[in-house]
Amino acid sequence: MDAHVAQLQMQYRNYILSLYQQGFLDDQFTELKSLQDDGSPDFVAEVLSLFFDDCVKLVGNMARALDQIGTVDFCQVGANVHQLKGSSSSVGAKRVKGLCINFKELCEAKNYEGCVRCLQQVDIEYKTLKAKLQDMFNLEKQIVQAGGIVPQVDIN
Amino acid sequence: MATTSTGDIEKTKSVEVKKKLNVLIVDDDPVIRKLHEIIIKSIGGISQTAKNGEEAVNIHRDGNASFDLILMDKEMPERDGLSATKKLREMKVTSMIIGVTTLADNEEERKAFMEAGLNHCLAKPLSKAKILPLINNLMDA
Repeated sequence: MDAHVAQLQMQYRNYILSLYQQGFLDDQFTELKSLQDDGSPDFVAEVLSLFFDDCVKLVGNMARALDQIGTVDFCQVGANVHQLKGSSSSVGAKRVKGLCINFKELCEAKNYEGCVRCLQQVDIEYKTLKAKLQDMFNLEKQIVQAGGIVPQVDIN
Repeated sequence: MATTSTGDIEKTKSVEVKKKLNVLIVDDDPVIRKLHEIIIKSIGGISQTAKNGEEAVNIHRDGNASFDLILMDKEMPERDGLSATKKLREMKVTSMIIGVTTLADNEEERKAFMEAGLNHCLAKPLSKAKILPLINNLMDA
């Protein structure tokens, strides 16, 4: 096997494992990868693109709602959090999902400062995940361009 | 892919679906609609989507819609899953309806959703492993 391809594949395996070990991803991401096949070769990238578009929209909605100082509609904020929790759960974005669980409780408690802090954390977290997954896709591209196959990574 | 002479049975990789499904996916989240579309495709089905319960009801208004299965999200704007399910049953829609809930929903909420006319309830996130046995069992019944 070409040494360069083997090295890239090893790098890829280690990178994926680190994403799970550091809590960025969970089993649902594995499920997502398993659904990608020749019939839907870009499925994971498409779903993730929709997810990150969702993040931009929902974070924007929540920011605008929280800007209404004194008249914040916590139900509306909570509804957006609920939707983000659902979509993050569906793609395996573990840290984002975890933040949303906490965020929902803060909305229910009408804790304004807590909500603002949590929103900032959500913003950072989804952008961090997006950058990490972009690195993952770049590694996949390098492997393919070097003539190799992107390996399946057993995370157990 | 293997088919019988009637063409009714398809094998997709190692997964068998007893009959080609026509599915309506009802969810306000585009991420989840996409995920469910791919899951249905992966088990050999075809799907159409609706963004909320009101769209799902409107699809059935002319009486020509014919779905084997409806995957119905619970929390949606305009018309939620519970209301949409009740309305579809009032309209004599006989499709199998599987409610899609979250783990945050309590037992009472799930019960109310079931009583609206669901055949079954599953918690998000859906997966092939969760949905396939249920579809095959329900289709056999």
